[in-house]
Amino acid sequence: MDQNILEVDNLHVSFKTRNGAVPAVRGVSFTLKKGETLAIVGESGSGKSVTAKSIMQLLPKQNTVIPDGAIRYEGKDMLKFSKKEIQAVRGSDISMVFQDPMTSLNPTMKIGKQIMEGLSRHTALTKKQARQRAKEMLELVGIPNPESRLDAYPHQFSGGMRQRVVIAIALACNPKILIADEPTTALDVTIQAQILRLMRNLQEKMDTGIILITHDLGVVANMADRVAVMYAGEVVEQGTLDEIFYRPQHPYTLGLLRSMPNLDASRAEPLIPIPGSPPDPSALGTGCPFAARCPYTMKVCHDYNPGAIAMSETQAVRCWLHDERTPAGHVPAEIKEGRRSAEEAAAEAEGVTA
Amino acid sequence: MTMMFPKDGDLKAGLRRADGLPAEPAADLFTPEPLAESVREELAKPAPTFWKEARERLFKNKGAVISLAVLLILSIMAIVGPSMNEFTYREQHIPHSNLPPKIGGLEWLGFNGKDVAGTDVYAERGIETNYWFGTDEFGRDLWTRVWKGTQISLFIALVAAALDLIIGVIYGGISAYYGGRIDNVMQRIIEILTGIPNLIVIILFILILEPGIRSIILAMIITGWVGMARVVRGQMLQLKGQEFVLASRTLGASDSRLLRKHLLPNVMGPIIVTVMFTIPTAIFFEAFLSFIGLGLQAPLASLGVLIEDGYDAIRSFPYKLLIPAVVISLVMISFNLLADGLRDALDPKMRK
Amino acid sequence: MKSYLLKRFMYAVITLFIIVTATFLLMQLLPGTPYSNAEKLTESQRAILDAKYGLDKPVAVQYLTYVGNLLQGDLGYSFQYQGRTVMSMIGDRVGPSAFIGLQGLVFGAILGLILGIVSALRHNTWLDYSSVTLAVLGMSIPSFVFAALMQYYIGVKLGWLPVALWENYWSTIMPSLALSVTVTATVARFIRSEMLEVLGQDYVTTARAKGLNESGVIWKHVIRNALIPVVTMLGPLAVSIMTGTLVIEKIFGVPGLGEQFTLSILVLDYSVIMGITLFYSALFIAVVFIVDVLYGFLDPRIDLKGGSQA
Repeated sequence: MDQNILEVDNLHVSFKTRNGAVPAVRGVSFTLKKGETLAIVGESGSGKSVTAKSIMQLLPKQNTVIPDGAIRYEGKDMLKFSKKEIQAVRGSDISMVFQDPMTSLNPTMKIGKQIMEGLSRHTALTKKQARQRAKEMLELVGIPNPESRLDAYPHQFSGGMRQRVVIAIALACNPKILIADEPTTALDVTIQAQILRLMRNLQEKMDTGIILITHDLGVVANMADRVAVMYAGEVVEQGTLDEIFYRPQHPYTLGLLRSMPNLDASRAEPLIPIPGSPPDPSALGTGCPFAARCPYTMKVCHDYNPGAIAMSETQAVRCWLHDERTPAGHVPAEIKEGRRSAEEAAAEAEGVTA
Repeated sequence: MTMMFPKDGDLKAGLRRADGLPAEPAADLFTPEPLAESVREELAKPAPTFWKEARERLFKNKGAVISLAVLLILSIMAIVGPSMNEFTYREQHIPHSNLPPKIGGLEWLGFNGKDVAGTDVYAERGIETNYWFGTDEFGRDLWTRVWKGTQISLFIALVAAALDLIIGVIYGGISAYYGGRIDNVMQRIIEILTGIPNLIVIILFILILEPGIRSIILAMIITGWVGMARVVRGQMLQLKGQEFVLASRTLGASDSRLLRKHLLPNVMGPIIVTVMFTIPTAIFFEAFLSFIGLGLQAPLASLGVLIEDGYDAIRSFPYKLLIPAVVISLVMISFNLLADGLRDALDPKMRK
Repeated sequence: MKSYLLKRFMYAVITLFIIVTATFLLMQLLPGTPYSNAEKLTESQRAILDAKYGLDKPVAVQYLTYVGNLLQGDLGYSFQYQGRTVMSMIGDRVGPSAFIGLQGLVFGAILGLILGIVSALRHNTWLDYSSVTLAVLGMSIPSFVFAALMQYYIGVKLGWLPVALWENYWSTIMPSLALSVTVTATVARFIRSEMLEVLGQDYVTTARAKGLNESGVIWKHVIRNALIPVVTMLGPLAVSIMTGTLVIEKIFGVPGLGEQFTLSILVLDYSVIMGITLFYSALFIAVVFIVDVLYGFLDPRIDLKGGSQA
């Protein structure tokens, strides 16, 4: 049970452009266990979608280079797979749900056919059985009148319903891993909650591991077991949901949390936006990519990019603030002591021990 | 779980550093130093303006640059070419009829004064003067006639395109500006007009008008403006409803700034591209009309007239067809390539 | 929905009606007389002829007669060929034109599809660049220039195909090829950009993510979706073919409508010019109407049958 089904190890992805290779993912490592949800969070352009697509090898071949790294699915490096092998994994062991349900379905193909396509590719089901299975999938994702809807076209569905169809397509072959790339970003808030609940229920039923790509910390809080925070193509911090939300160790993570509104009125804090914008990936220096926007920058940050340091069994961070040479007075209290006050933390600790 | 962490749990694992610096950051570097304000600003490069960016994109497109150069050369030749020798486009000199092209020094290119049978006609008939593009059956100098023809064809095309532009902008602008019922009626009219094959209209109009440059232009703009009007209206309507226009108005942008910074760049692109595609179409129609006998009348020359004359004599005097055919093809290819380049440069959304 | 078809049909009828009226008015405006040997005619001969063709009646009556005759498929008599109806002349000539036109359309569509699809699938390779170049040449070089050069080099110099005779199937190849040049170029450019657009669509990524093999993705998802809008090209293509026949039949001596048309222009046989004009316009309008209907059937997003189930 504790086996990692997916291990991404020191993954590098670059895009070829007229002005040379531009790194989009720079040494990303993370793991995923069966039935677990890992959220990858970051601003647009942080490399989270590229990471997701490179797992499925869905990036355009002509202009993508993967100079280094490994993506191990059940111990085998998928980057070394042949075209046939990767096609056999896609859709059956690992599937993907995309951001925009309005564009991720073929507009001229009946949705029943779109669900059955994957089934007939990966299973030995007859056409009739595949159709039956497709119907069950529609039922499972909560689409009324599944039998008649099999012969409908995507434009006859609403956005939320289409995303349910996309999920049905993704889960039709009982995949072990579901990669959901911003699955709710394009949807209304009320629909978002429904889709997330649906994904959670299906995950429990099928014991699927989910990699959830999002920039919405609310979604993360709802869904994730563990969180990886990406910035400029690197995982700057990762840890369990609690660690990330309550004891963030990287100034960027802290900044993200501070800029998220908190509905808990008793602890109303002012929202603090992160100044500036993410760096241009083609002009990254050797220093920490967050140095230009970081409120705690030191001289060392401009020239040296820190490696990852383990803060606990489950939490790791890349930041010079955790070097022993950093003056103790420079480390902000929220990083030293966690985001909650000491009393609260103590109260919780008591509660846990009690 | 351990694999994701460096084994020694050290910040130095996976560390990157600038060249020429020690591997290990010195202890004195661990002093707070936020980036200076100036450095921060330097990080955010100013976005280049629309036109500058478009120009850069256009000049990166080799086909478009070459086309532009070819068109420049052809236009210059169309202006100065007819007066580069002592002949005029209408002057007949029967003793010198049907001479093949001859240019001293360019014999290897076929400009050798020899006819299809391979005899040197100049030597045979004892003619001293070299006719660079040869002569026609009346002994008129084809060099002069070809460039005069290019001049007339370009003139017709440019005037037709300009008139299309004016009518199209006015019609499309009114339609989009007033909207509602006026727009509705004007659009129905356009819808019906596009249902009529424009070639038919052109031919019919030429039939009732006196043949000549003016009739050809008139006939071509009768239906030609419709495309432009559609483009202008479409662009205007799209912009009217767009948020950035509203946004900059809310931010207090003046009308002239709005026009200059937002509307012009967005409307101008498609308009320029449409004009650029109109020109080769007009050149084609002129040549087409001349070819079926509805175009300009002799001794006036246009590329179409020359091609028609050349076609009639193709077996004995292929140069009469080849030279104007090459010129018209060059003009058409260049305009099409330039238009393609402009479309790509001016409309980044359409870039493939 | 029916109203969609009805609306398109109404547009077609109105357009045709306007063209009919316009051609009639233009006929009235035309300079000169419609008779081949007008100078030699005496006043009385003229009056007889005018009476025969109905030219002595008021314009309004002439117009009504004209429209009434049209509705019965009567396009009047040729002013040049004694006693021949325009309709019978069109009937005699439509065959060869239709043959080389359709053959040209088929040649061009097949070649254009191949060029465009290969170009898109091998985007930014030498294959792409060369077919784009070919397409630009095809778009740019006027079809009659191409036809004349082809006739000279393939027909006269190489002697591979008949030059300007209309006797057997071989005679149809060069005219059809000449007509197909523009079609090929237009289709190739269009399908290339459609394919590139579809290739960038999310649903293609979805299809790949299902584990379909690449050829399955291309055939079932990309080409199918890229081909549907090609139907809309039929209108412009029909125009280009019709335009082409006018000159290409003259060049290759094809006894078709286009040749008759250019001939009639030279001898100012107005009733035939108008007849062929109307015929071409009607054909074009019919093609546009058929394209509208066809597109509605091919693209499920356009609803022809009425309210969706959603």
